[in-house]
Amino acid sequence: MILSITYLYWLVGIILLITSGMILTDSSHPKRLLSGGFWFIYAIIFLIGDILPPALVGALVIVMAVIAGFGGVLAAKAKTLPDEIRKASAARLGNRLFVPALTIPIVTVIGTLLASHLIIGGTPLLDPKNVTLVAFGVGCVVAVVLACLITRDSPVQATKESRRLIEALGWAVVLPQMLGMLGLVFSDAGVGKAVAQIVTTTINMDTRLVAVIVYCVGMALFTVIMGNGFAAFPVMTGGVGVPILVGVHHANPAIMVAIGMFSGYCGTLLTPMAANFNIIPAALLELPDKNAVIKVQVPTALGILVANIILLYAFM
Amino acid sequence: MQTTVSLWPLIGVAVIIAGFLLRFNPMLVVAAAAVVTSYAAHFPIEKVLASIGSGFVKTRNLPLILLLPLAVIGLLERHGLREHAQAWISKIQSATVGRLLIVYLLLRELTAAVGLTGLGGHPQMVRPLLAPMAEGAAEKRYGKISDAIRYKLRAFAAATDNVGLFFGEDIFVAFGAIVLMTTFLHEAGIDVAPLHVAVWGIPTAICAFVIHSVRLYLLDKKLDRELGHPVKNTAASAESATTTGEQA
Repeated sequence: MILSITYLYWLVGIILLITSGMILTDSSHPKRLLSGGFWFIYAIIFLIGDILPPALVGALVIVMAVIAGFGGVLAAKAKTLPDEIRKASAARLGNRLFVPALTIPIVTVIGTLLASHLIIGGTPLLDPKNVTLVAFGVGCVVAVVLACLITRDSPVQATKESRRLIEALGWAVVLPQMLGMLGLVFSDAGVGKAVAQIVTTTINMDTRLVAVIVYCVGMALFTVIMGNGFAAFPVMTGGVGVPILVGVHHANPAIMVAIGMFSGYCGTLLTPMAANFNIIPAALLELPDKNAVIKVQVPTALGILVANIILLYAFM
Repeated sequence: MQTTVSLWPLIGVAVIIAGFLLRFNPMLVVAAAAVVTSYAAHFPIEKVLASIGSGFVKTRNLPLILLLPLAVIGLLERHGLREHAQAWISKIQSATVGRLLIVYLLLRELTAAVGLTGLGGHPQMVRPLLAPMAEGAAEKRYGKISDAIRYKLRAFAAATDNVGLFFGEDIFVAFGAIVLMTTFLHEAGIDVAPLHVAVWGIPTAICAFVIHSVRLYLLDKKLDRELGHPVKNTAASAESATTTGEQA
């Protein structure tokens, strides 16, 4: 392929390296060395993480967690334009401001749809395994160029804005990846098997309704713990779904897995472990309560979970 | 023990729950859980670090979607994107927070259902456009709003994006989850067609849309109650609000 996802890792690595450089040379920064060091380590993992020994990367990750855990990652005071200037600029540029913002999704969609036709000299243009992500990356680069043209601002300012937002998000940026890593460690260590063992030996699932509830609620709860429905699915479906719902109660497997996975998604709406959906938006939207998004989602998630139990019981 | 499955790795789950309840820094809690879990599985210290390191490198794709759009979003915000999004929505007379988010929920769910998951998202859609529009719609209707209400509207905007995405994407036949499910069943000796699984996602997808829309409709009612009646067009908007209710 011509554009592989590795280039995006390098691009993010360079952005993080610039961010860390800006912080390390900012004498007014409240935690210059610790914050700068944190983003520097993260940049290194993006740039050369795959050629470093895994144990060394693991040690670096622990160092990052310790820096973040003891309050070492703070943001410098943001330098933004005064309200009046922003309002005047909004009035002057009008709907043209929407163009770069909408460029990202539009390029992503076009790239995704056309990927199979974009072949140059026999090699696909976009990494076939990561079409959406690579198209998204291309969209972001195109959007920066358009934004610079429309606002008549410079790429240097764009990197400054990028630093401002990265610092505003702080260590929360790294959390989805930490949790993804934990999911892999959990499955290596056999956490899923242990949970299935406890569930199947403690609950009597001879009644159809009980078995349906155990499967759906189990998917949701296990997703709450793992932060990811995909991690819960093999455990609950292998432990309860196939042997009991299909084996004993003769459920239709297609209906069972479709509704089971959706029950897992109800769990995703409920858990801080799904950081990229729940914690990151709270940081992005500058909400003081990091669980504010989860709190709003609780009634919807519980409602859909009950609907799932009824649907599965009725149709299986 | 009689069981062949070791229950010790569950201690990692206990660390996570305790850590979040005691409000330690999540980065530290997760790192501690990873160390404790691998230790409980009798990995030697070097393998503990190696499994953390290789897991972290494997998941580098996760933050891309967050980090890559920041430069363009930051630049546009500097030049008034959020202010313009608020001004734009306030030109639409019938716009309320609930109706705006219901329309977004519908579009997000339908586009995700045909595989176009890239059309939404928190960094590129919710922060620069959807959340400011929700705030703009509320300010147009009720005048100045308090910070508590502002934060609540933003949280609803983020939640609506999540609900639309989750319960739409699973209907798309080529989505990873469908592949995961059919592959898993195949290995368990059961063969089902991916299309069959996708179709059976539709009832839940409809329930999710109805349940969340009702909540958004009730949010409008609650805002009306708490912030007093709309600034203008009271009769007209009350009438059309009832119609929305019947549709939901």
